[in-house]
Amino acid sequence: MAEVAQERKRPIDDKVHTWPHLVRAEFLVTIFVVVVLTLWALLLDAPLEEPANPTRTPNPSKAPWYFLGLQEMLVYFDPWHAGVVLPTFIIIGLMVIPFIDINPAGNGYYTFKDRKYEILTFFFGFHILWVSMIIIGTFFRGPGWNLFWPWEHWDPHKVVALTNVDLPYLVGIRNQTLSILFGIFCVVVYFIVGVGLFYKWVVRVKGQEFMERWGPVRFGITAFLIVTMLALPVKMFLRLALNVKYILATKYINI
Amino acid sequence: MALKDKIEEIKKDLVESQVWKAIFRHGYEDTPRNRVLMVTANVWMHLHPAKVRRHGVRMRFTWCMGGLTFLMFLMTVITGIYLMFYYRPVAEYAYADMKYLEFDMPFGMLMRNMHRWAAHAMVVFVWLHMFRVFLTGSYKPPREFNWIVGVLLLVLTLLLSFTGYLLPWDQLSIWAVTVGSNMARASPLLGHEGPFHEFVGANPIYDARAFLFGGGEIGPHTLLRFYILHCIFIPLVASLLMAVHFWRIRRDGFSGPSL
Ligand code: HEM
Repeated sequence: MAEVAQERKRPIDDKVHTWPHLVRAEFLVTIFVVVVLTLWALLLDAPLEEPANPTRTPNPSKAPWYFLGLQEMLVYFDPWHAGVVLPTFIIIGLMVIPFIDINPAGNGYYTFKDRKYEILTFFFGFHILWVSMIIIGTFFRGPGWNLFWPWEHWDPHKVVALTNVDLPYLVGIRNQTLSILFGIFCVVVYFIVGVGLFYKWVVRVKGQEFMERWGPVRFGITAFLIVTMLALPVKMFLRLALNVKYILATKYINI
Repeated sequence: MALKDKIEEIKKDLVESQVWKAIFRHGYEDTPRNRVLMVTANVWMHLHPAKVRRHGVRMRFTWCMGGLTFLMFLMTVITGIYLMFYYRPVAEYAYADMKYLEFDMPFGMLMRNMHRWAAHAMVVFVWLHMFRVFLTGSYKPPREFNWIVGVLLLVLTLLLSFTGYLLPWDQLSIWAVTVGSNMARASPLLGHEGPFHEFVGANPIYDARAFLFGGGEIGPHTLLRFYILHCIFIPLVASLLMAVHFWRIRRDGFSGPSL
């Protein structure tokens, strides 16, 4: 018995020397990647177009590809939401991940089973939303920021009917004050219902005990960020299916 | 076996030859002590710990992505210095200097291409690195802070790429940067098209975007500003943060399954 306990306590030494084991791997990978980069640079030239001309706006004007997700969001949101508020939420949202994720499992190794929901959420935000918006912006947007298939001719005169209306108009409200009130109502209901559903879902899947450990602050931040993230697909759906432009339209804020 | 012996024999002859000894004096003896010294006694190598856990060396754990992001950064620094010798951030010359670089400078085109593609690769690698760190849960205690440093590095990587985009001073660059910085124009309070701008009196030549551009429109001032941000300010801040990042990896310990 005593011997077994002794055996357990002794730390297992699974360490190897950095030199040569790690340094060798780094060296080989470095050489490989530098060679690939050189070949790539030999075969493919960086673009250089005509000299800058502030009087001739190209159509479409695209941001660098890694920002096309944001530019694509401009289709669905007010410029200051797509360009300022949502990027800020993305950055803050990434930064708070270590503090809202209190699951001790999966620290330092790959596991899907123990962290299903965390991984699926990240996957949804990063791969489904961010990457697919970049792909749409890069390959499917042409003149006038209209949708084109990649093989389709970019016709700058493509006629697209502007049938988008604000949600209050769609449901038949014509009075401006009523429209704003209805818009505010919809947005507030969206967030309350969203957060409420998220609460019920967490309690159902993870249990009341987890919710207590998680605490109201962590829950609140997570719920707000997730519901806000889901606003993008919701607005995409409303736009593509029902031609809704904004839900709440005022002089200052459009949502 | 016979072949291996033969090779050993040749190696021995070589290493013990007078010429070899004249150059190297004495060999490297492969002992545990020497292995540790190779790392700790070298200012560059000692970024590493002397020993690492077995799983951390495997490519399927890290995908090499953090290291390759750093490598891409170094590649852009090296090729970027070469480009800086020939490039003048002045509206009259910038575009002509690009042409000059492409057609007249030895290896100019190659350096420009490598700079451009390494920058793109850095953006992709830093995303993949973040994804890997997420999947291995390496942001969990005690590494929360290093994840935050990482997010800042991610933003800086994007800004580095973005500020560099303007420098060729061609149609692609000024319009991409125009579109990309429209958000500054739309920011609340500080942008002249943003909500509530009346209250601070923001207007087209006096708002957040004008501050970034050095004027109401993209112009010669913008070029100089972006050049300084791209070549000095952001690389400096990013290097400092990388130093913090690497230091914290050592202090917090590299993540791995508990023993
Ligand atoms: C310029 C950008 C960056 C560079 C050069 C960089 C470099 C590195 C390197 C070389 C490592 C060692 C392990 C590895 O290669 O995976 C590492 C680890 C780490 N990085 Fe980064 N990184 C960058 C950006 C980021 C970002 C965007 C994040 C997350 C948002 C991040 C979070 C971390 C964390 C938490 C570790 C510790 C991983 C562990 O212990 O397993 N880094 N980084």
